[in-house]
Amino acid sequence: MKTLSIKVKGAILSVVILLLCLSIWHMATTQKITPPPGISTNSSEYNSLMGQGGSEPVQKTGFPTLTQMGQTIYKQLSHPFYDNGPNDKGIGIQLAYSLARVGLGFLLAMIVAIPFGFWIGMSPLAYEAFNPFIQILKPISPLAWMPIALYTIKDSSISGIFVIFICSVWPMLLNTAFGVANVRKELLNVAKTLEVSPLRKAFLVILPAAAPTILTGMRISMGIAWLVIVAAEMLVGGTGIGYFLWNEWNNLSLSSVIFAILLIGIVGMLLDTAFGKLQKAVSYAD
Amino acid sequence: MQIENTFLKVSNLSKSYKADAPPVFEGIDFEIEKGEFVCIIGHSGCGKTTILNVLAGLEDATGGDAIMLGKHIQGPGLERGVVFQGHALMPWMTVLQNVAFAVKSKYPDWSKEQITEHSKKYLAMVGLVNAETKKPSELSGGMKQRVGIARAFAIEPKMLLLDEPFGALDALTRGVIQDELLKICKETNQTVFMITHDVDEAILLSDKIMLMSNGPNARIAEIVVNTLPKGRKRANLHHDAMYYPMRNHLVDFLVNRSKDLQVKGAKGELDGYKPVVVLPGVDTAIA
Repeated sequence: MKTLSIKVKGAILSVVILLLCLSIWHMATTQKITPPPGISTNSSEYNSLMGQGGSEPVQKTGFPTLTQMGQTIYKQLSHPFYDNGPNDKGIGIQLAYSLARVGLGFLLAMIVAIPFGFWIGMSPLAYEAFNPFIQILKPISPLAWMPIALYTIKDSSISGIFVIFICSVWPMLLNTAFGVANVRKELLNVAKTLEVSPLRKAFLVILPAAAPTILTGMRISMGIAWLVIVAAEMLVGGTGIGYFLWNEWNNLSLSSVIFAILLIGIVGMLLDTAFGKLQKAVSYAD
Repeated sequence: MQIENTFLKVSNLSKSYKADAPPVFEGIDFEIEKGEFVCIIGHSGCGKTTILNVLAGLEDATGGDAIMLGKHIQGPGLERGVVFQGHALMPWMTVLQNVAFAVKSKYPDWSKEQITEHSKKYLAMVGLVNAETKKPSELSGGMKQRVGIARAFAIEPKMLLLDEPFGALDALTRGVIQDELLKICKETNQTVFMITHDVDEAILLSDKIMLMSNGPNARIAEIVVNTLPKGRKRANLHHDAMYYPMRNHLVDFLVNRSKDLQVKGAKGELDGYKPVVVLPGVDTAIA
């Protein structure tokens, strides 16, 4: 044990914790259940006599057992891209819809937030002028925009993209402005004494200097966007992982709900890891 | 005619940061000839860095003007190279990229090969050929400062401005880089204006040492001509007959006389004051 690194030990512990959780799940779901309140003692006895219910360790409804869960996961993953009409699409298609919305909204937010953040970071006057608006708009839950978006855009899918845009824009905007405003003065002085043109200065001095801060903003934005897309799709419906989750709740298929939850977590983690890698790529040691 | 012959002429320069406070410095007059190495020494707060920033074009003076080669200094420019106190290298660029960035700024029409070749030449000058692919964070303090010096020389400026470039370095490293700087300046006949706190550094490097009185109301109190012969070397500097008169004069000024002018200046008794020119060891008369 001594020779194992912290990482390996941690991984072993993680597996142990996972197995522990799964076994608790297993024990909790395979226990004998008390008869539902709607059924009288008589009928319960009758059922028992008829060989139904009683002490059998099988659960027909309610929380899924591990086996049922496994079956759902297998079923969903073996045909991720089937399309049987509006209410029955494979999980891959639903995820692709969600990712496309997040990607599009995020990209739009980037196109707006980074140049605009650059500007207010460079100009203290612009910063002072726009700061009150940003401070008021920033804490608004993005879903609060949904009615206005639906009313003005009149398209639920584009409204979803708009909601992603509006929640991604603030962290990126503020981080870009902060990063640009805090570029070390001596680096700017170097650029000045070298008579570097404004465009060259922006791309070769300020942008790389502020890149780690900008990437931090993008990472935060992506995190929020992935949180928000699930709620937004539950609200507007149609397609996407959020809609899938809500639809399965309406079908009372809890195993599918749990599957969707797991998937949301895994995709969120992958997105965050990707941005973490990007962040590392642009950061520099002083 | 006087102006045309002088490389750099600073006249009646003053700077105040607040209208109601006394100026940091005032009545600064000096001239630098082409190829001259001039050091400026003074206590903290006398405005040395501000004077250098005015010459670099990074700060505006409140009054007076600085004329280089018959032109008023307005804003920063490529004909003046600056070596900053903190090395000020772009941390995301390699050593070569840092120098090449400056070269590309000066010669935008050059090809990539020309820029690289030119940059490498100056990196070789400061002994950094093997470090060109390293990032500044991988270098020691002395190496970083050498890159800063290479960058400043690489744009082949008419005047080089050095703001305490060796302040943060240990004595050994400092000595090595001082020797390198001396060698390069001799080879390129570079005009240099340098701030230092180190009396020995000033004696080794400069032809002329300007002594500033304490601020506020700082002035150039004396202009000390280096009486040690040219071709000075760190190794035998202290054996020169002129070394101790020179050194004692400078240290005496910093310890004793630097306060005197401030008192008079605050009373307004120094209007039209001209700095005394001194040749320690040759002519010890002090006004």
